[in-house]
Amino acid sequence: MTTQYRVAIIGSGPAGLSAASRAAVLGLTHVLLEKTDHLSDTIYKYQKGKHVMATPSQLVLRSDVDFDAGKREFILDTWDSQTGDHKVNVRYHSEVKAIEGEQGSFSLQMTDGAVIEAETVILAIGTQGNPNLMRCDGGGLSHIQYTLDDPGAYIDEHIAVIGAGDAGIENALGLAADPEQRNTVTIVNRNAEFTTAKDANIKALIAARDTGRVIVRTGTTPTLVEPGFITYDTPDGEAKVKCDRIIARMGSAPPRKFIESCGVEFTSEDRVAFPKLSPSFESTKQGIYVIGALAGYPLIKHCMNQGYDVVEFINGNNALKPADEPILEAKFKDLPGRKSVEEWLEFLRSNITILNGLTPLQMREFMLDSEARLYRAGETIFERNDPGSSLFSIASGSVEVLIDANDPTKIVPINTGSIFGEVGLISGRRRGATIRAGEDSICVEISRTAALKLQSSVPAAKRAIERIATERQLLQLFGSGLVSSDLTEVLDNSEIQTVSAGKPVITEGDEGDDIFIIRQGSMIVEKKVAGKQVFLSYLPAGSYVGEMALIGNTRRTATVKAAVKSEVIKLDGAAFKALLEMKPQLLARIKSDMASRQDLNAFIEAKKDSFSSVVDMYSNVANFLVENGMGEATDVLLIDETLCVGCDNCEKACADSHEGLSRLDREAGRTYAHLHVPTSCRHCEHPHCMADCPPNAIHRGPDGEVFIDDTCIGCGNCQRNCPYGVIRMEAEPPKKPGLLSWMMLGMGPGPGEPSKKWSYKNADPNVAKPKKAIKCDMCSGIDGGPACVRACPTGAAIRVSPEKFLTVARLEGEGG
Amino acid sequence: MARQAAQSGRVRSDGTHEGFLRHENFRWLKIATIISLLAIVSYLLIDVQPRHNGGSWFGYTLGTIGVLIILWLSLIGIRKRKMSRGHWSLKAWTSAHVYLGLSLIVIGTLHTGFQLGWNVHTLAYVLMMIVILSGVWGISVYATLPKVMSANRDQTTEAQMLASLRSIDRQLHDAAQPLDQNHAELVRSSLDQDPFGGGIIRRMANRYPACKTRKAHDEILLIMGSQPGDKDDPLEKVGSLLGRKRAILARTRKHLQLKSMLEIWLYLHVPLTFALIAALVAHIVSVFFYW
Repeated sequence: MTTQYRVAIIGSGPAGLSAASRAAVLGLTHVLLEKTDHLSDTIYKYQKGKHVMATPSQLVLRSDVDFDAGKREFILDTWDSQTGDHKVNVRYHSEVKAIEGEQGSFSLQMTDGAVIEAETVILAIGTQGNPNLMRCDGGGLSHIQYTLDDPGAYIDEHIAVIGAGDAGIENALGLAADPEQRNTVTIVNRNAEFTTAKDANIKALIAARDTGRVIVRTGTTPTLVEPGFITYDTPDGEAKVKCDRIIARMGSAPPRKFIESCGVEFTSEDRVAFPKLSPSFESTKQGIYVIGALAGYPLIKHCMNQGYDVVEFINGNNALKPADEPILEAKFKDLPGRKSVEEWLEFLRSNITILNGLTPLQMREFMLDSEARLYRAGETIFERNDPGSSLFSIASGSVEVLIDANDPTKIVPINTGSIFGEVGLISGRRRGATIRAGEDSICVEISRTAALKLQSSVPAAKRAIERIATERQLLQLFGSGLVSSDLTEVLDNSEIQTVSAGKPVITEGDEGDDIFIIRQGSMIVEKKVAGKQVFLSYLPAGSYVGEMALIGNTRRTATVKAAVKSEVIKLDGAAFKALLEMKPQLLARIKSDMASRQDLNAFIEAKKDSFSSVVDMYSNVANFLVENGMGEATDVLLIDETLCVGCDNCEKACADSHEGLSRLDREAGRTYAHLHVPTSCRHCEHPHCMADCPPNAIHRGPDGEVFIDDTCIGCGNCQRNCPYGVIRMEAEPPKKPGLLSWMMLGMGPGPGEPSKKWSYKNADPNVAKPKKAIKCDMCSGIDGGPACVRACPTGAAIRVSPEKFLTVARLEGEGG
Repeated sequence: MARQAAQSGRVRSDGTHEGFLRHENFRWLKIATIISLLAIVSYLLIDVQPRHNGGSWFGYTLGTIGVLIILWLSLIGIRKRKMSRGHWSLKAWTSAHVYLGLSLIVIGTLHTGFQLGWNVHTLAYVLMMIVILSGVWGISVYATLPKVMSANRDQTTEAQMLASLRSIDRQLHDAAQPLDQNHAELVRSSLDQDPFGGGIIRRMANRYPACKTRKAHDEILLIMGSQPGDKDDPLEKVGSLLGRKRAILARTRKHLQLKSMLEIWLYLHVPLTFALIAALVAHIVSVFFYW
């Protein structure tokens, strides 16, 4: 006679063990089924000593089992002892083969032949148990493993890590970290580039490759595994190399076949799609619940909360509010109308177009990162030139855009359901216009990260945001009395394209009449003159190209290629032509833009004979600058080495203007034709440093400067992410005696950054100053502007913006 | 040109830039020329009895202007080191410093009324002229050497040059292990020598006749020339390492030479300025006390 359990929980990861603990605490009859001989196999198989994160930090943990960020070992020990204390009924070595029956009487067929009866089933099996396998010949051999527990356990081996995602890179670096282990570690990536890994991991891998610790094979797939050897298909042909161990980290996917066989439906045919779920985690098969990574929540805290919640639901506690309820209540408490959290969520979801496609669960998560606010009629939401990268959406009421800074009567309304502030998402620039509430309105401010997450998880939201952004960009770019209804056809035929650095969008001499608007990144325009590519101009984001062929009915007159990885909006030529015919004002506007470009072409043509060497030189210098990051810069420090006497007064001035630390290295950096790009911040259009800042301490200031605020925790991510090496990690040195005490009495180290020795000797032993990230802030807030330029005695140091510096106008000054 | 979506509020260089000599289209050259011409013309027009000298009202005027300019010029030393806020540019100061300094030749000389002798007054004048000449030397090196220095260092920094020397020394040390004693001695002599020793004269002249690296390299080349080439010969490896070291040494020494030439004139210019100010004090005090 078998017992019938109230709940059977399959999988003892964070979600499963939290569910089982809740069931044990509630006194429900339960069984926790674990395939292996230990709890939480996924965490168990993390690298030894790995620091496990507890994100999202604002989410409250609600579970009978504790969890906080810490070392893998500590977390596993806590879980083992606490599940023991709760007397959780665990059945190890229990793999479920099939689930049959209906709610109230499921029978679980085990691989060992046993049958377990249960009223309800919780699927918490995650996806790690289903890694993508090596499919080549010999893929079943025993020296292939899909996890790496202790990278220190292997010595003197030739190890191949297949797959260059985060897991693969972390494994490869772990195996190669200690040269004493004498491992030969190769990491194999199917693509030519690393597309799925975090930037910081990629950088660390490249560094390891450059120091010879790891062999990196890109564009390579394994074709044959034999004991002791592996054969690759590489871009240069087949290669058979020594290999004692293969660690395959090629991702994982929900074990769909098994889950579908239980009667659970998925949201789509996509390989990585998740099961369809109700707000109480019940699947389409009544009585079967799905939580954790398999439900689409890979974070440990989510999983544990869901484990708790789902058991409460099964136990009939339908009044249970999710763990984030108090946070959301606080967010909505100032809004008028006394609605419950659920009502508010539904109100926002149904009123705001881009949120329509979210599930109630996604909506909760979304609102954790967003703010809903009431704005009274006439209240300003943000001002022109305010810094800000968030997106706003209107849940009720309407807002007014003040399109002309000088004329407050010129306003354009935006209505309920729509969004504004989307430019901040794209370019990280300041607000382009002041926006105020037209009537009492409820708006949701969506942080940049939440908006990006929304776009990646809900394709419909992404399309809606892109369409609105494109429409507004066109209206702003062309002006000329266009209204949004004019653009319908053009927008229907528009397309956003990503262009990798160096790739052309327009090639000289080709057919084609499409118009391209640079949405992100920058482009350079080149023209073949006397057999050579001559650099014509630099186009920052927000420019358009392609009008010449369209209006002149000619072939393309110049090549336009991406200076850095860019995004363009492609407008269909025919649709745009139709628009031009409708709007003569727009045609005139475009023709006048075109005339100045034609003048430029003519100028180059005319000059090529009289001073072709100057034109060459100009082209080469421009290309050099673009190669050195000018293409994504907004403000660069350049040094004219025909004037620089090497006094380093720029560095000293920088240090003396900023807590005694210099943010530039004059001598380092690349030089071409005496034009030197020192190691100093370029204030990129899309700062790499911002990408992965845990306290979100990096911002763009009112003058376009990218700066780091006081909340920096000194983690060094920005330093690793900066491709130009302009960020230093330093502790603030002690205060120096004044200039006169130095000049007259010889006190202190004198102007400039004090030596490490002096700082060490004069540091206050009672105050430990932490190392923080420091970088150029363009002397923001300092009257007079950048100290480096002001302090240059010979005029060698200049700060330039690329669009002004990279123009042919310079030719006239120098060559004419 | 293409329209730009966003414009920064900050005023930046428009890409054309001028050095300190051309600053603001030679503004200070023009001002200094006008001052000098005014001084010359008034010197010629104003008839001082019995003759032009420093003690006349005209002489006092020129002297006062001169000493004020000198004091202001010497303040550049503070301006350069004091990173205060505000819209000033050291380049503009340098430009004014150069041209006003040159105008002192005219003002100072006219102030003397061409009356020179062996006294404290002429001492001040002579010191001033030496300071100005050292400044002219400074302008000439500032105008010519940066280009040479930039070409010579070719994107490497001084720290990198020294680091690569250290790295080659380490490699030389290892590569010399299999050599016989005579050859190893050559390498050791190169490793033991301070390649930049010998003082400031040697550094400025960039002549190192006793350079052991060059000697060792030459000798090993000679030995190898008489032997059949063998790729695995340790001597071959040492020879090529010494060749590399020699090339890096040449670049580093040239760099140090240029750097010291860009600085050395200041060691004349600045102390002499202090001497000049002291002499000026003596000159002024003596004029007023011993009328």
